Amino acid sequence: MHELSLMEATLAIALTQTQAAGASTIHSLELQVGTLSGIVPEALAFAFDVASAGTAAEGAELRLKTVPTRCYCGDCQQEFQPRDWIYECPHCHRLSTDICQGQDLILASLEVS
Amino acid sequence: MCGQCGCETESQSAEKNVSTPRRVELRQNVLDKNDRLAEHNRALFRHLLVLNFLSSPGAGKTTLVKRLLRDRDLTTSVGPLHQYVDPLRAGVIVGDLASDRDAERLRQTGVPVVQINTGNLCHLEAEMVAKAAQQLDLASFDLLIIENVGNLVCPAAFDLGEDLRLVLMSVTEGEDKPLKYPTMFKSAHAVIISKIDLATMVGFNREAALHHLHLIAPQALIFELSAITGEGLASYYTYLSEHIFQCCDKGIITSS
Repeated sequence: MHELSLMEATLAIALTQTQAAGASTIHSLELQVGTLSGIVPEALAFAFDVASAGTAAEGAELRLKTVPTRCYCGDCQQEFQPRDWIYECPHCHRLSTDICQGQDLILASLEVS
Repeated sequence: MCGQCGCETESQSAEKNVSTPRRVELRQNVLDKNDRLAEHNRALFRHLLVLNFLSSPGAGKTTLVKRLLRDRDLTTSVGPLHQYVDPLRAGVIVGDLASDRDAERLRQTGVPVVQINTGNLCHLEAEMVAKAAQQLDLASFDLLIIENVGNLVCPAAFDLGEDLRLVLMSVTEGEDKPLKYPTMFKSAHAVIISKIDLATMVGFNREAALHHLHLIAPQALIFELSAITGEGLASYYTYLSEHIFQCCDKGIITSS
């Protein structure tokens, strides 16, 4: 999708937080990519190489973790992980419209010095 | 210490290179920026009903919006708005990569229209909508229509501050659209199956389309209509007028 602009936004946050921590070098970044976000991890990795050049993040390790979609079934009052794009509760088989995980791109942590 | 001149420079560099990295926990949502701007739009638009029309290119967004604007007296004469005498007051923001053809078409209905040309960007974002809205006298509207860039992929991810997200799929696109673009259809308040006057001609499988929509987008109301013949518009207009009435009922709308 727009992995380059997303990576630029990610690095802007990372660089600000690095400075705030009194550090000058980023050694690694952990990004959590929700499967429902539409973001392609491989494209994000490529965009990282491009966007980090010349910054404190150049050469840093990018750790990408995929976060699966999780839904909530109001009838069963429990969460479940759908098998595919049809959000059917495995217990009562009703279709859920309540998505509780998987839509986000989260910059989880940095390692800096 | 530098072995040549006795300065400290090299050893200081060496110390920096071996300093132990420390972990900084963040848990920051990178997608927050547009969401915050969309909430800002929502506050700005609180006295209006705001619609975001999305679809692939050519599904009939502009034609349907134009029909709604031409019929705007009808929207106030069906459903709970019938007691209002005045026609519906509307403004439009339309997004395309280039050209203002859609804006020109819609201006023919006599409403103010702002055209956003996104250049190479394939979707509208909340910030663009906020800037375009500055060119409109929002206080004079009941309804703000946003016609998004024709694209079933990227616009899904960008909240613009709308009240209702209306996703169109035309009968000419086939019945598999919801299966192919689940993220977009899962984000819809209502799905509009458009161009139904052509359904027989193109062999559209209505039952399959409705089944796919039920599986992928069980949350969405479904309207089947033709903006050309007028078939199916009444229930769609009733739906819109009920929502406009809810905005009015909050005591915010003013009728001249």
